[in-house]
Amino acid sequence: MNFKLKDIVPQLITVLAVVLVFGFFTYNAQINMENRGIDFGYGFLTQESSFDVQFSLIEYDGSHSYFRAYLVGLLNTILVSVIGIIIATILGVIVGIARLSPNYLINKFAAFYVEFFRNIPLLLQIFFWYFAALRALPLPQDAEAMFGVFFLTIKGLYVPAFIWQNFNIFFYSIIAAIIAIIVIRAHAKKVQENQGKQIPVFLISIGLIFILPLLSFLIGGVRLSFEVPVLKQLATTSFIYEGGVSLPPELIALTLSLSLYTATFIAECVRAGIQGVGKGQKEAAASIGLTPNQVLKLVIMPQALRIIIPPTTNQYLNLTKNSSLAAAIAYPDLVLVFAGTALMQTGKAIEIVSITMFTYLTLSISISILMNWYNKKIAIQEK
Amino acid sequence: MFKYLKQLTSLVAMVAVLFTFTTESMAAKKSKTLKNTQKKGFVRCGVSQGLPGFSNADAAGNWTGVDVDVCRAVAAAVLGDANKVKFTPLSAKERFTALTSGEIDILSRNTTWTLSRDADIGLTFVGVNFYDGQGFMVRKSSGITSTSQFKDGISACTNIGTTTELNMRDFFNSKGISYEPVAFEKADEVVAAYDAGRCDTYTTDKSGLAAQRTKMKNPDEHIVLPETISKEPLGPVVRQGDAVWEDIVRWSLNTMIEAEEYGITSANADMMKTSDNPAIKRLVGAEGELGAAFGLDNDWSLRIIKQVGNYGESYKRNIADTGILPDRGPNQLWTKGGILYVPPAR
Repeated sequence: MNFKLKDIVPQLITVLAVVLVFGFFTYNAQINMENRGIDFGYGFLTQESSFDVQFSLIEYDGSHSYFRAYLVGLLNTILVSVIGIIIATILGVIVGIARLSPNYLINKFAAFYVEFFRNIPLLLQIFFWYFAALRALPLPQDAEAMFGVFFLTIKGLYVPAFIWQNFNIFFYSIIAAIIAIIVIRAHAKKVQENQGKQIPVFLISIGLIFILPLLSFLIGGVRLSFEVPVLKQLATTSFIYEGGVSLPPELIALTLSLSLYTATFIAECVRAGIQGVGKGQKEAAASIGLTPNQVLKLVIMPQALRIIIPPTTNQYLNLTKNSSLAAAIAYPDLVLVFAGTALMQTGKAIEIVSITMFTYLTLSISISILMNWYNKKIAIQEK
Repeated sequence: MFKYLKQLTSLVAMVAVLFTFTTESMAAKKSKTLKNTQKKGFVRCGVSQGLPGFSNADAAGNWTGVDVDVCRAVAAAVLGDANKVKFTPLSAKERFTALTSGEIDILSRNTTWTLSRDADIGLTFVGVNFYDGQGFMVRKSSGITSTSQFKDGISACTNIGTTTELNMRDFFNSKGISYEPVAFEKADEVVAAYDAGRCDTYTTDKSGLAAQRTKMKNPDEHIVLPETISKEPLGPVVRQGDAVWEDIVRWSLNTMIEAEEYGITSANADMMKTSDNPAIKRLVGAEGELGAAFGLDNDWSLRIIKQVGNYGESYKRNIADTGILPDRGPNQLWTKGGILYVPPAR
């Protein structure tokens, strides 16, 4: 027997302690709920919610179920997280590289941005962007059109809606372009490995992604027209825009503050990653005749990414969880819609909070798994 | 030596237990909440995060308002001092959980009494201390003077987790108007967003609208529309399952209202002991044994009237004199054309 008693006993005690603690709380909650006549159950999810939500990606109104309201909140959380992650990553990479710039102004400006935005509590920043924007933006009737079609007002950003004819043909043309690019890239790699010849893959890709959809317009019968928002009067001093798509100011303020805040941390990850690659690597790469672009792309970045990805994963998780601060400025995310209004209307605190916690857990673990997979993919493969 | 010590301590403990049992009345023994409150020395009361006239803290942290006075009345009755209250400011979302989890013992936070809240979630409403109804506030400059002028696309700011959200939907649906609900967690943010122009209208209970109007940058630019779209009886709430505590809170509120009916005020309460009217004498503790039923002494109601005042005094001090709602409307005694009517204290 390899097992020793002193190895097993602490493990057993730990398991027992965990089970006891959970058991105690469950039991306690049960007794208390029974005493106060509160029923436990998830049946309410199918009941009619009877409240409306300001902004939804799926069709929803108060005649739908609480479960539908949950989906509305979940999708809104995912929406703001995905947009936030994309903007924060782009901005973070730019600022991270800028911090290493030999140009004094760029370098110091990036450093100032990072220190300023990461040292102010996020909730304050959200309030700032929301209420500052509300104060600064014009009323709908005073708004000046940007490019003649966009209207940024206190009630939201109004953009033209796309009205498609034969949208599916356009969609297929994009799919075709993407498949063609993948095939060409694979072919180019083979050619380079066998003959040492380089094909300008990047230029060809750009060409394909533009030309194929363009062809669908010219010969595929695809038509695109725009529905431009039009000002409508509700009362003497009260206006809105009708038609087009409106993005609520809550979404814009939340995305902006989340991205600006998280980008500072990503910038630091990027800087650390690039600085973590030995100087000798760069010099060695240059000495064999690679261009500065190739040095960055083929030598520095692959090594830097291994340092950048794990801490950046944390930042993605933080951003997703921080999006729950949306409740403060009326963006209808999961916490506001489900753990807020739905909880209040049903009184099912334990059920709703547990569902919400489990949902955030699932979201976070999904991001983790995805990023770990990517990290593994770019790790050094010993041959 | 240790053996004797142990026996001695257990003897002392037993005597102590017996002593507490004998000094405690039956009611106090039955009511865990009353016992805990007397042991702690203060009443734990959940209030709003700042609603002028109902529950609002000044710069020094002193709470005032008609909702606050209900808790003060209970403290005067149970502990003998209206100031022995610990106030916990709660958002609309937190309030019921705070009560059912035992963090507070009375929720006096402009809370609407509805069937589902009373029946479903382990709460008991003990009465109504303000009859209210939901209304709309708009900017005067908009030219809107009635809800019939509302048009498709109107945006409405409000709080989450309230009956307001549900009433709003019922109202706009019945009128066939499409609207944009913008719901915030805290009232301060609702006011700030509406004031900045984010919404065309701000909807909540009319008393709330009147109170929040005083917080606006320029209160005169806003009007409350005449229509009332719902019944909102607001009142204190207690946890289900402690009947004695429920009675204490109910009758503390009733005492304030009945005292006004009989003209007993904080100033003349002591003199009323010699009144000819037995109903008045009962209310000031000069006749009968009303307090005994709760496990309280006979002066409990006198203390409420002397320290907190009657309902009329509380209304005048908190709502009328502050300019929020000078007209008492339905919150007038039934004898004077209102609907305030409480069962007799006898």
